[in-house]
Amino acid sequence: MDGLSSAAALFLVALGLTLIFGVMRILNIAHGSLYAWGGYFAATLGVLITKYDLSPLWALPALFVAALAIGGFLGTVLEFALLRRILDKDPILQLLVTFGAFMVLEDLQRMIWGVQPVFVSNVVNQLGTINVSGVTYTRYQLMVLPGVALLAFLGLRWFLGNTPLGRQVTAVTHHREVASAMGVNAGRVTWLTIVVGASLGALGGALASPTTSFTPGIGAEMMVLSFAVVATAGLGQIGGAAIAALMIGLCRSFAVYLLPEIEVLVPYLIMVGVLLIRPEGLFSTAAARRI
Amino acid sequence: MRLRLVTGVLMLLVLAIGLSFPWLKTPVLLALSNGLAVAGVIVLIRAGQVSFGHAMFACMSGYATAFMARAWHLDALVLIALSTGVAALAGAIVGVFIVRYRGIFFGMLNLALSMVLFSVLGKFGSLTGGTDGLRFDRPTFGFVHLERAGFETALLVLALALALGAGMLLQRYFASVSGQALAAIKTNETRLEYLGISAKRVFWGGYVFAAALCGVGGSLFALTQGLVTPEMGYWVRSGEIVFIAILGGSGHALGAFIGAFVFEFMKLYVSAWLTGAWQLVMGLVLITIVFVAPKGIFGLLANRLGVGARP
Repeated sequence: MDGLSSAAALFLVALGLTLIFGVMRILNIAHGSLYAWGGYFAATLGVLITKYDLSPLWALPALFVAALAIGGFLGTVLEFALLRRILDKDPILQLLVTFGAFMVLEDLQRMIWGVQPVFVSNVVNQLGTINVSGVTYTRYQLMVLPGVALLAFLGLRWFLGNTPLGRQVTAVTHHREVASAMGVNAGRVTWLTIVVGASLGALGGALASPTTSFTPGIGAEMMVLSFAVVATAGLGQIGGAAIAALMIGLCRSFAVYLLPEIEVLVPYLIMVGVLLIRPEGLFSTAAARRI
Repeated sequence: MRLRLVTGVLMLLVLAIGLSFPWLKTPVLLALSNGLAVAGVIVLIRAGQVSFGHAMFACMSGYATAFMARAWHLDALVLIALSTGVAALAGAIVGVFIVRYRGIFFGMLNLALSMVLFSVLGKFGSLTGGTDGLRFDRPTFGFVHLERAGFETALLVLALALALGAGMLLQRYFASVSGQALAAIKTNETRLEYLGISAKRVFWGGYVFAAALCGVGGSLFALTQGLVTPEMGYWVRSGEIVFIAILGGSGHALGAFIGAFVFEFMKLYVSAWLTGAWQLVMGLVLITIVFVAPKGIFGLLANRLGVGARP
């Protein structure tokens, strides 16, 4: 059950990563920082809410506000300053540019929020706990986190499949030039996708912030983890990412009980194992729709 | 011809700096050992691949040095040779499956493996000293017991010789058939296969070579410090190695060492003036280089040296 909430956050981050990859064909290494920034900013808002004695009801919406603000702002900055300028560059250089952006964001985050662990959990306490077969869980971890992840997943599927704008995104993913020739404003679609993807990453962080304490370096850890999810699922697979995130999240919490020493290794072992057998990822042909 | 002259002058300069300012000996040694690891990463960049985990081979080699120095009290030269062998062997084993991947998969799989190594070294404290690392006594050098200053001077001369040797070997390798085939992996892997050359085998060779070069660097690093920690294999270290390769320019072995020296002294000054902003500066420099001078420092100098630079 612990695995469920961490899997949910992981899924949101991986979803953003795979979405941006779909449209840009660039794996954005700075995505891990978005997770960290989202978490830190949400914690800051949480502190402000307590400070100004606002109703605790604001705490939950504040998480979403934090995610959108960070995702919208950093996503736009990244897109305009860097990503759109490197579309036609050598893949190595593309990777390195996002890696550079990652290093910059890591240090900025350290300057803004310091190196002390940040942990604001009033949302969790306020929602109360729930009893499942004798074990007490917080409602937040059992219902809110997976619920949001599920909503994001279904919402994104619906958006991509059933709305004109969503179809444009799908078109750009399939073939940028043809889509442009058909009159799709590829630049705008790209920007939109990056903002959505970045917000999803930040949302993962914001939602995770009341359950784990944020320390410097969490961005890097999340980057590798979410890449493990995306690679296990197959780059660009949304449904696959959900299953892979669940698999990695659950295996991790089993490992905590069975073999605590190897807990941190589990995601890598899964990824290496899957890639050994299926180098293109688990779901890249089965779930078929690339996005 | 001019290139050889410049290389010679630079080497003499490094030696002179190391000998006349004893306090600079350690940074110079660290720069040289970094440069060796960077030379390894340049091999991969030639094939169009970038690894975010190659510090693991330097780390393995460093730990091999530490273990052997503690257990058998071997000579420094023997330690370097054996540790390099360990790194090359590890590279050969890891390479067998990792050469099947390209691009981001290659980079991130290396990263994942290096994280595995990093956490294993941290977890099994009884054997590896945990996060505090392993300390070992200064070994003999050429079967002669030396004091600290003498040992460092000897190590400096050895490092320079190794750097020169590695650089020449690297350039020979790039000019050889397998080196050219390696570059073809970047331009067009399918055509390479059509020529009847196995891209995987060629890349495997390059991977082992890269691991061995990282191993030399790691062992030298360990001997310079007399201490190895899991940090040697952390992803930040791997990132630094890639950073240096781009900074110096991946077109020529000399670029690796120029980059390593610029990096080491940049680090000295930036950490003194702007505490805590080191990664920020590194990230900005990296982005600037990609946009302004994708061939690195060596690329800027290449025309004057009378050699063609490759990106």
